[in-house]
Amino acid sequence: MNPVVYKACRDFDYDGTRVLDILREVQSGLGCISGETMEMLAKELSTHRVEIEGLVSFYSFFSEKPKGKIAIRLCDDIIDRFAGVSKVAKVFSDELGIEMGKTSPDGIFSLEYTPCIGMSDQAPSALINQTVVTKLTPQSARTIARKLKKNPETSELLTRKGDGNNACLQINAMVKNNIRVRGEVLLCEGIPAEAGLKKALKRKEDAVIQEIRASGLRGRGGAGFSTGLKWDLARRETARERYVICNADEGEPGTFKDRVLLTERTDLMFEGMTIAARAIGSRKGILYVRAEYTYLLPYLEHVLKKRRKRGLLGRNIAGKKGFAFDIRIQLGAGAYICGEESSLISSCEGLRGEPKNRPPFPAEKGFLGYPTIVNNVETFCCAARILDGGAPWFAGIGTDESAGTKLLSVAGDCARPGIYEVPFGIEVSEVLDMAGADDPAIVQIGGASGDMIGRTAFHKKICYEDLPTGGSFMTFNSTRNVLGIVDYFLEFFIHESCGYCTPCRVGNVFLRERIQKIKSGLAEEADLHYLIELSNTIMMTSRCGLGHTSPRPVLSSIAHFPIVYASLTRELTDGRQASFDIQKALEESRRIAKRQSMIYDPIYGESTD
Amino acid sequence: MKKKIATVSLAGCFGCHMSLLDIDERILDLLKVAEFDKTPLNDLKKFTTRCDIGLVEGGCCNEENVHTLQEFRKNCDVLVAVGACAIMGGLPVMRNAIMNAVDPLRECLEEAYMNSSSVYNSTNDIPNDPALPLILDKVYNCSEVVKIDYQIPGCPPSGDTLWQTLNALIRGVPADLPYELIRYD
Repeated sequence: MNPVVYKACRDFDYDGTRVLDILREVQSGLGCISGETMEMLAKELSTHRVEIEGLVSFYSFFSEKPKGKIAIRLCDDIIDRFAGVSKVAKVFSDELGIEMGKTSPDGIFSLEYTPCIGMSDQAPSALINQTVVTKLTPQSARTIARKLKKNPETSELLTRKGDGNNACLQINAMVKNNIRVRGEVLLCEGIPAEAGLKKALKRKEDAVIQEIRASGLRGRGGAGFSTGLKWDLARRETARERYVICNADEGEPGTFKDRVLLTERTDLMFEGMTIAARAIGSRKGILYVRAEYTYLLPYLEHVLKKRRKRGLLGRNIAGKKGFAFDIRIQLGAGAYICGEESSLISSCEGLRGEPKNRPPFPAEKGFLGYPTIVNNVETFCCAARILDGGAPWFAGIGTDESAGTKLLSVAGDCARPGIYEVPFGIEVSEVLDMAGADDPAIVQIGGASGDMIGRTAFHKKICYEDLPTGGSFMTFNSTRNVLGIVDYFLEFFIHESCGYCTPCRVGNVFLRERIQKIKSGLAEEADLHYLIELSNTIMMTSRCGLGHTSPRPVLSSIAHFPIVYASLTRELTDGRQASFDIQKALEESRRIAKRQSMIYDPIYGESTD
Repeated sequence: MKKKIATVSLAGCFGCHMSLLDIDERILDLLKVAEFDKTPLNDLKKFTTRCDIGLVEGGCCNEENVHTLQEFRKNCDVLVAVGACAIMGGLPVMRNAIMNAVDPLRECLEEAYMNSSSVYNSTNDIPNDPALPLILDKVYNCSEVVKIDYQIPGCPPSGDTLWQTLNALIRGVPADLPYELIRYD
C-alpha cells in the first residue's frame, strides 16, 4: 500500500463523498493518479476502479500520466490571447525545452494551457502549481523560467505583492484587486461587521426570508432566480438536514469578481451563509472554491477558524441558543461545468461534475438528497447587507426588476480593467467610459455564455430585464475579429462540455465547424440559417445550462454583426459547395498512387515524381 | 410531359436501389407518369437530357464519385440524397476515424489490402491500376460536395418510403411520410 494513498484516505475518513479531496492529495503527492493507484484507491474506498477513473478523466487537475513537480498552466482565455499569451508560452517552451502540453523528461516541469483562471484584469497570467503570476511579458516569463530552472520552488516567484488582503501572510500573492468603483452595497468602506447576522438572529426565520424577498434580490451568478423564493422553497421541505452551499466556482471566462469578494469580503460572505443557514434551518454549509483559487485556501481557512473562535460558527452562534452551523471548504478540480448548481452538487458529493435531472430542484432535493440552496458569493454578501440595511434601502437601488448593485469584472481592450460596483440599469456605454475603452467595437457581456453586442447596442442597460450578466464584461476594440472571438468561445464550450447529452457534446462541434467555414469565406447564406436552427436545437434539447447558453455568442453575433457575416458569405449558382476542395482531397492519394487524376488534373499520363 | 428521373449509386451498396425495386408492380404506375434517364436500372451511362429528379445513393469516397455527383447536380432540378451513406457517409465513413493517424490514407489502404486478418495478399500489392479512380483523403457525404434538396433517411429507406417520395416529387406536393415509414428502431 502506497503511504500517500493510505494517508489521503485516512485524512478524509474513507468518506466516499470526499473522493475529490482524496484524489487532490494523491495527485499532489504522487504527481499523477496511475491505473495502479486507482486500483488501490478503489479497494480502500470500497468502490470500483472505473468510478475513480471516471473522476480522474473528468477533472482537468487530475492526470493519469505524470505531471511535472512544477506544473505551469498558462491562462488561455480570449483576453489573455489578445494580451499575447502565445509569446509568453513560446518563451516558457524554449527556456524549459518542452512543448506545450508536455512534461519534461526529468519530471520537473510540465507546461500546458488552461481555460480562464480568473485573472483577466491582469492578463496574461499563469498558475505555477498554486502560485499565481500575473501581467506576464516575454521578459518576465524568461526570468521566471530561469529562476525555476535554478531552483524548482514556487516560493521565490513573488517579485511584488498584491494590494489589500492579497499581501497578507495567508494569501501572499501578487494578485491585484483592481477595485475601480466602489458602490454602496458591497465594496464601500466601513461596512459594520456582523450587523446583518445580529439583526437576523433577533428575528424569526420567516421574517428573514421575507426581508430577502422584499428586497428583490436575485441570484448574482447569472440566472437571476429570486433568492428569497429559493430559500423559502428549501425551508418548506420536510427534511432531517438542509445545506447551504456557496458557489465560488467562478469559471465563466472573463469573470473575477468573486475572487475579489473572497479576498476582501470574506467575512461578509460567511455572514451571508450563516444568515441563510438561520433562515432555512441548516446546520452545515459548503463553500465550493474553484481549483484555480487554491492560493486563497489558507486565508479562507484562517477566516473560518477566527469565526469559530469568535462564536460566529459552531454551536450557539452569537449567543443564540440552539443555532448551530459550520462551513467546510470544498475545492474543485478544474471543471467549468461545476459552476452549474446541480453539477456543483454532484462534485461536492464526490462524483463527476455532471448535471442532475430537474425537477427535483436542489431546493427540494440537493446535496445527498437533502434540500439545498446554492447561491453565488455575491448573493450571500448582498443578503448580509440587506439584513443590515433593510429591504427598502436595497430595493431602492437599481431598476424595478433588478434591485441593488452588481459587480462587473471589466477586462479586455480598455485602460482600466478591474472591478466596478455599479447599480443595475447602467448603460453599457457608461461602463465603457469609466473603464477608459477608447475604441470599443464589441462587448461580450455575461461571459462565454452571454451576449455579444456591437456599437448599435451600447445604449442597452445592464440588468435582468435587458442585458443580464453574471459579472463578466469583456470589451474588444475594432481591430478584433468578431468570428475569431465566437470561434474561441465554441472551442471553450467543446472543451468544457461534460459530454453527457448529445446536443451539447456534438452540437457545439458542428457550430464551430460552420463558424470556421464562414471565417474562411467559403460559406453561403444557407449556412447562417443552419447555425440559427442548430443553435435553437441545442438550446432547447440540452440537459443543463451549458448547452442552454453555449450557442448565444453565435446567435447574438449574427444579430448584432450582420455586416460581418454578410461580407463573408456569398451566393453560389453552380450548386457546388465552395468549402469542398477536390484538389486538397486528392493530394494524399496522388502521392501514394504516384499518378495524377484522370478527371481533375489537366494532363493525364505523367507521373508526379 | 413525363417527368425524367435519374439515379446513381456512389459509395453505397446498391441496397437503396434494391429498395427502389421493392415498389414492385407499382413501377408500372410510375412509368405512366415518369421515365428513367441515366440509371443503373437501364444501364444508361450518360445523361441524355436534363432531369427533373435525381436520386443519389452513397457518399463520395473517390474522385469518380465526386465527378458523378457534380454531374447529377448540374443535370437535375431536384437532387435527393437517399439513405444513410448519402446523408452521413454511412459505413464507408468509418475510415474517417483514422484521420488523425500520421499517414491516414496509407494506413487505410494497408489495413484493407495487407494487414487485415482476413486478407490474403502474397505480393503485398495495393491495387493501383491507372483506370482506378483515386480515392479521397476521407469519405464525404453528398451535402459536403454539392447542395442537396432533400434527404430520405434509412438503411435503406423502404420501398414504400421511396414510393411516397417519388409520388410527392412528381406531383409537386409535400411528401406524406407517416411515422411508420421513417422510424428505424
